[in-house]
Amino acid sequence: MLNISPEEIVETLLMITQQNLDIRTVTLGLSLEDCADEDLNVMSEKVYRAVTERAERLVPVCDAISREYGIPIVNKRIAVTPMAQLASACRDADVTPLAEALDRAAREVGVDFVGGFSALVHKGTGDGDARLIASIPHALSTTERVCASVNVASTRAGINMDAVLRMAEAIKETALLTAERDSFGCGKLVVFSNMVEDNPFMAGAMHGAGEPDAVVNVGISGPGVVRAVVSALPDDADLTSVAEAIKATAFKITRAGELIAREAARRLGVQMGIVDLSLAPTPAEGDSVADIIEAIGVKRCGGPGTTTALALLNDAVKKGGAMGTSSTGGLSGAFIPVSEDAGMVRAVTDGALTLEKLEAMTSVCSVGLDMIVVPGDTPPETLAAVIADACAIGVINNKTTATRLIPAAGKSVGDTVEYGGLFGAAPVMSVNGWAGTKLIRRGGRFPAPLGSLRN
Amino acid sequence: MRTPAILSVLGEDRVGLVAAISRVLADAGANIEDIRQTIIGGVFSMTMLVTVDEDATPFDELQALLAAAGEEIGVQVTFQREDVFRFMHRI
Repeated sequence: MLNISPEEIVETLLMITQQNLDIRTVTLGLSLEDCADEDLNVMSEKVYRAVTERAERLVPVCDAISREYGIPIVNKRIAVTPMAQLASACRDADVTPLAEALDRAAREVGVDFVGGFSALVHKGTGDGDARLIASIPHALSTTERVCASVNVASTRAGINMDAVLRMAEAIKETALLTAERDSFGCGKLVVFSNMVEDNPFMAGAMHGAGEPDAVVNVGISGPGVVRAVVSALPDDADLTSVAEAIKATAFKITRAGELIAREAARRLGVQMGIVDLSLAPTPAEGDSVADIIEAIGVKRCGGPGTTTALALLNDAVKKGGAMGTSSTGGLSGAFIPVSEDAGMVRAVTDGALTLEKLEAMTSVCSVGLDMIVVPGDTPPETLAAVIADACAIGVINNKTTATRLIPAAGKSVGDTVEYGGLFGAAPVMSVNGWAGTKLIRRGGRFPAPLGSLRN
Repeated sequence: MRTPAILSVLGEDRVGLVAAISRVLADAGANIEDIRQTIIGGVFSMTMLVTVDEDATPFDELQALLAAAGEEIGVQVTFQREDVFRFMHRI
């Protein structure tokens, strides 16, 4: 007998057809530790072969699941062992060939991005780490599908301030090398504090040392669905009712993610990893986290009340999601990338949303300073100070923060850059001119906070 | 392999609709376990619980046949594995 009501079936169909419900990403995590070789060319070839062999079935399997269940799987992606670990095996100054091998492999298996041109330097920068970071600008300018990320801080270790400045310089270099595309290379580069090992979302995905050889991680989506539910509430519904409605919806979205994750892992014959409970917006009208904040009752995202609304949203999504899967993980917090969210772009254009407010929002969600275009002449020390502020929030509050800044070469406040696709378009935002340049030049290590002493 | 699936039809009600859809299912060896019709928000909605015999007709093949039948009649036919609804709407 049919134990699902026609109303519930129609609800699901409407979520998919009208409210952009989809699975944002199925990400196959692959360990490439066995590819290490002292000869860079041999190692790159091993990387290419390993990825093409191990991920060969990812796209066809996901496409079949998507058809059978009627839920779009927007992105199929791969996350690999941080390449700095492999870079340490060779002596070459420029390890771009590793990125090029990943790029070729990604194209071969049909995924749009592969993450893991990464290093973890929160406690100190090793020789392989330094060569990888030095290669990032070149690697991001010569490849299409490779994403880079570097962890510069953790609650346990504090902030590696030298690495923060080094990353700001790498961002500037990447911006210049990809100047003809409005510095798009920086959209594929994330600086983290408290980076996680199982994040399925780009550009910050990598396959951590604590992971099995291969694993399927799934990132859910659904800002459009949540917004529709909140908009349908009466104007005088109190915030408890708003949270309850979001929670119930997040449960349903997460269950779809759980089902897809189980099925993808089963068909690929690998372990199921996690379901990441993140609301990830797209530039599509209505598929916006800013729109949810406004539906909750803030006149324009960025205005007073925004942090409260975002905190309520983020918390309710987690509560509903945690009931929907026992495999929570990844970043699991709302994303607020400016260029990828039409509502955020509108808020910036209207003057409601500033870099400082985004920093405040970072403290109550996972990835705050994300896809923010700033003037091309922003000094590296200023970029570093912005990154350090995000890291400080993460380190002190024992949470992940990520920064994806784009100092668009030749652009200034008032200009708009267009990246297209999921990356969207964004106005250039102004940066406070009173930066802590001297603070940044001091370098050294911001000591691990008292909160790190938990044993 | 016998796979439970939900078939949903959304659109305008018309003569021969159920017959046309049922014919495709019968030809594919798929059994109709339950069928319901209702009007939701002014739109005709028919929902069927179907068991697909994948040894007789693979899931994706039947899906394509049903989509073609829907197009011919002028209604939107969606055919999905049943567990997606169970997962999303039941604890």
